[in-house]
Amino acid sequence: MLAEKYAQEIQSILDKYPPEERRAAVMPLLYLAQRERMYVDRKDMAEIAEILGISSTEVAGIVGFYSLYYDRPEGRYRLQVCTDLPCALRGAEKFLDELCRRLNIQPGGTTSDGLITVEAVMCLAACDKAPMFQVQSGSGLEYHENQTIETALALIERLRTDAARRRGRE
Amino acid sequence: MGEAGERDVHPYVLLRHRTIPDLDNLLVYQKHGGFKAFEKVVSEMKPAEVTEVVEDSRLRGRGGAGFPTGMKWTFIDNKSWPHYVAANADESEPGTFKDREILEGNPYQFLEGVAICAYAIQAHEAYVYLRGEFWQIAAQLDQKIAALEEAGLLGDKLFGKDYSLRIFTHLGAGAYICGEETAMLESLEGKLGQPRLRPPFPPSFGLFGKPTVVNNVETLTNIPMIINRGADWYRSIGTVKSPGPKIFSLSGRVVRPGNYELPLGTTFRQLIFEHGGGMIDGRPVKAIMAAGASSSLIVANDEALDTPMDYESVPKVGGSLGSASVIVIDDTVSIPWLINKTSHFFKHESCGKCTPCREGTYWMMHLTDRIQSGKAAQEDVDLLYDVASQIKGKCLCALGEFSIEAVLSGIDRFGEDFQAAVKAPEAVAGE
Repeated sequence: MLAEKYAQEIQSILDKYPPEERRAAVMPLLYLAQRERMYVDRKDMAEIAEILGISSTEVAGIVGFYSLYYDRPEGRYRLQVCTDLPCALRGAEKFLDELCRRLNIQPGGTTSDGLITVEAVMCLAACDKAPMFQVQSGSGLEYHENQTIETALALIERLRTDAARRRGRE
Repeated sequence: MGEAGERDVHPYVLLRHRTIPDLDNLLVYQKHGGFKAFEKVVSEMKPAEVTEVVEDSRLRGRGGAGFPTGMKWTFIDNKSWPHYVAANADESEPGTFKDREILEGNPYQFLEGVAICAYAIQAHEAYVYLRGEFWQIAAQLDQKIAALEEAGLLGDKLFGKDYSLRIFTHLGAGAYICGEETAMLESLEGKLGQPRLRPPFPPSFGLFGKPTVVNNVETLTNIPMIINRGADWYRSIGTVKSPGPKIFSLSGRVVRPGNYELPLGTTFRQLIFEHGGGMIDGRPVKAIMAAGASSSLIVANDEALDTPMDYESVPKVGGSLGSASVIVIDDTVSIPWLINKTSHFFKHESCGKCTPCREGTYWMMHLTDRIQSGKAAQEDVDLLYDVASQIKGKCLCALGEFSIEAVLSGIDRFGEDFQAAVKAPEAVAGE
């Protein structure tokens, strides 16, 4: 249950909005729910709906509308390469294809260890630093700019090592 | 990243962090005059006087529409309360990356701009709506806001006066449409980011149904400097109708892509060749998109290259300035490929509310896919033109209009690229 685990954080999110406009908190609460498993399930949506006094269908609608929420498990890390026009003019499409080839997956696919999904995304406001990608995980998003295949593969290695270390602790 | 060292134009007004180290530290920002403007307006000026100075500066909105900022503030409805400021940091236009640099490098000047705007319209709460991908920036801004509260520059009874202000960040979650002001307000309210029917406009019916000023990050970052140095000084930069500095986000096939803060009225040629280092491999400029993926394609002849980049001049060569996101195309780029890219973008980002945009972007995507794959006939190009023309003027917001700019201008102005891309009709039928 989110309410037990994150009581204090939920309260500070709610405090940002007028008390009669609680539903404004739906987006930050969805990020909170996504923190551990990188997707939101029906139970989470129902609980958020209850906290905000809206229907869980409305919460599911938000999850469906916005690109950064996921309703099913895929890679724990999503490596999202911008291939929009300005990045494509600087080699981003080739970069994505080559990276996927080296990982033995198709764009949009997940590595066999279930850890990393590599996909093309729309503009990330880093057009002067292509090729670039962001890595989204439950704990946030970070940018990696002016990338080469080598720097990207090194990062993926690091994410794998971190994940293995975490599994060892659990 | 842009130019460094000596500048042959005005000293930085917006990207001051490039010449002042650690400007994202509050003490450093204050040492360089930071929060003097906010203190001045709260302690010495009436709200309407602040708006007057901004009107007098003739600052125009930097988010794309170029609407006069001060005039927007005068529209705020004083019969309905409370008032809100909603700063638009949703920056998602392909080719635009200026607000991000401000937020990372010069965040306090932006926050001071938010605060001054809030005082001018007597708002006690302001929200900064950041695109979800700006997660780290939002976390940094939260720390900056906390530092301001700690320093007594945000909070209750500011400067010993009866004025209080709090600023909150709010993260979007990956939807281009939320850069449209009413979609942004919907999203901030916890709803789908879909544009509202206007009127009423946000200054009378905005966030939570209350009067709201929505301004872009770059717009607001101008405000402290205007208060400190005066409207006359501001108008001395740029052109008469488009005064002030502007950040041009330069991308595409140039040697040095990046942000360039230059006076409005700088020419395309100066931007590309003097500042951007010219074209990769010295290739010729074929086309220019001056307002990101939402642009029509300007044919890059000498007249276009020598056109001043301001709100009045760019339309004369068949484009618009928008947020000044200049994407440069060289002769290695095929226009059918280019409009295929922009069509995929708008298909993905259409919010689905208006049928012409929802369906039209879908069909433009498929038609440009077909043309790009070499399996199309001239009839497909004609059909594409027809579909695009039917979106025009039939949607609630500008996204539908944006989606057809490159398509229509591409077919009109670069017809030979399409002739090369389509096969003879018999060949298609015979497959």
